Amino acid sequence: MKREIKGMLTGLGVTFKTMTKPTVTVQYPHEREDPPTRARGVIALKEENCTVCMLCARQCPDWCIYIEGHKEQRPPRREGGRPRSVSVLDRFDIDYALCMYCGICVEVCPFDALFWSPEFEYSESRIAELLHDKDRLGEWMATVPDPEPLEMGAEAKK
Amino acid sequence: MIALEIGWGTTLAIKALIVLAIVPLTALILGYVFLLKMMSHMQSRLGPMDPGGFHGWYQLIGDGIKFMQKEDIMTKEADRRVFALAPAVVVLSTFLVFVVIPAGPRLVVAPLDVGIFYALAVSSLSVIGVLMAGWASANKFALLGALRAAAQLIAYELPLVLAVVGVVIQAGTMNLQGIVGAQQNGEIFGWGGIGNPYILTQFVAFALFMIAAQAELTQPPFDMPVAESELVAGYMVEYTGFRFLFFFIGEFGTAFAFAALAATMFLGGWSVPWVHGSAADLLGPLVLFGKVMLVAFLMFWARFTYPRLREDQLQALAWKWLIPIALLNILVTGVLKVAF
Repeated sequence: MKREIKGMLTGLGVTFKTMTKPTVTVQYPHEREDPPTRARGVIALKEENCTVCMLCARQCPDWCIYIEGHKEQRPPRREGGRPRSVSVLDRFDIDYALCMYCGICVEVCPFDALFWSPEFEYSESRIAELLHDKDRLGEWMATVPDPEPLEMGAEAKK
Repeated sequence: MIALEIGWGTTLAIKALIVLAIVPLTALILGYVFLLKMMSHMQSRLGPMDPGGFHGWYQLIGDGIKFMQKEDIMTKEADRRVFALAPAVVVLSTFLVFVVIPAGPRLVVAPLDVGIFYALAVSSLSVIGVLMAGWASANKFALLGALRAAAQLIAYELPLVLAVVGVVIQAGTMNLQGIVGAQQNGEIFGWGGIGNPYILTQFVAFALFMIAAQAELTQPPFDMPVAESELVAGYMVEYTGFRFLFFFIGEFGTAFAFAALAATMFLGGWSVPWVHGSAADLLGPLVLFGKVMLVAFLMFWARFTYPRLREDQLQALAWKWLIPIALLNILVTGVLKVAF
């Protein structure tokens, strides 16, 4: 019985103390809390790294990545060499209406062309406008935070 | 004081209008101050902030307007007339309690000699409304909720009344004005500076009254009749729009009424030390309001802190603990009253 009463009084104390302390709520449109640097806000595309390998589009569980590309012949590097063939990206769209922010595309990209950005304010009143084309995805690159410094004793990439 | 002849009919109409205006107003005030703001802060959040500009004061009024716009839905099998009447009965019992609560030496609608007895009697009228609502809804959840409410309200009516008996014995009257007067003119060991608020001598009765009032209001931790995880919303489950709003007003209006009764019986009601006559008439309502808010704070503090009891624990608490303690309190009060 003594324990129960003590417990009940403790409960009252907890609610009273919480009431006197400042709240944790952030009044979002009026004030903004910066998301953590590694937050999954939006996926940014670094176009020059993309080789149109389609791995991201194939791994995407929602099939929300649309890629089109073609091959171009470039002049050979050395005199008398064979002309090089280069893949050129024509279309790279991510449909954020479908995306579930799993990040598999970012993980799977072998050439570091996709990055997470913590930016999250890109809602639209029309659902079709959530389809970001490659220019829009490229603009997000500016918001991608720098990678964190290497840990002590880690080997720098050559 | 005022040289103005007012006929009894006009007086009655004015009094009725005041009561009609006060009940929804008190429900709004309690709902806003405690349900929206205090509960939010106790849960470390802000609650509504935007409606009305200042800390969301307009939120509940907006909710009320929304309820009025809603479609009035009635189930096909419902007993239409009883279903429509039930919320009115619940609110009516709230209105009737306000009739006897004094807010000043002359500010009372009807200073009945059986004041507190009348107040407790009409407050339990709401059980009938709740049973009507539960039965007429033709819904098993509603019926279960109504039966739980009936069992609970009857069980807690006893400690409520028995707790009040201690006060009545000490004051020697059931008239609420008389109880206020007895406290105002009382003395603490011969010192009459602040009168003798009965919370000092009748603390046990005060605690019992608060617990039983909480159960009468079907507020957590005694909200089995509307337990949303078991019974959806109990007897209110089929109600929409304006009728639902009636239940809301009834709940918070009655909370205010019980807080006012507790403030009157245990904290001295409208009386302020050293203030008498016309000044008390002006100051009385404000003082009473302050005391009511204090009591209501205790009520809602418990409401937002404790989880819901189980149905059998609820009944055990009333019959095994509260009623014997209340009887003991009456015995001790009676003995002391005769002895001194």
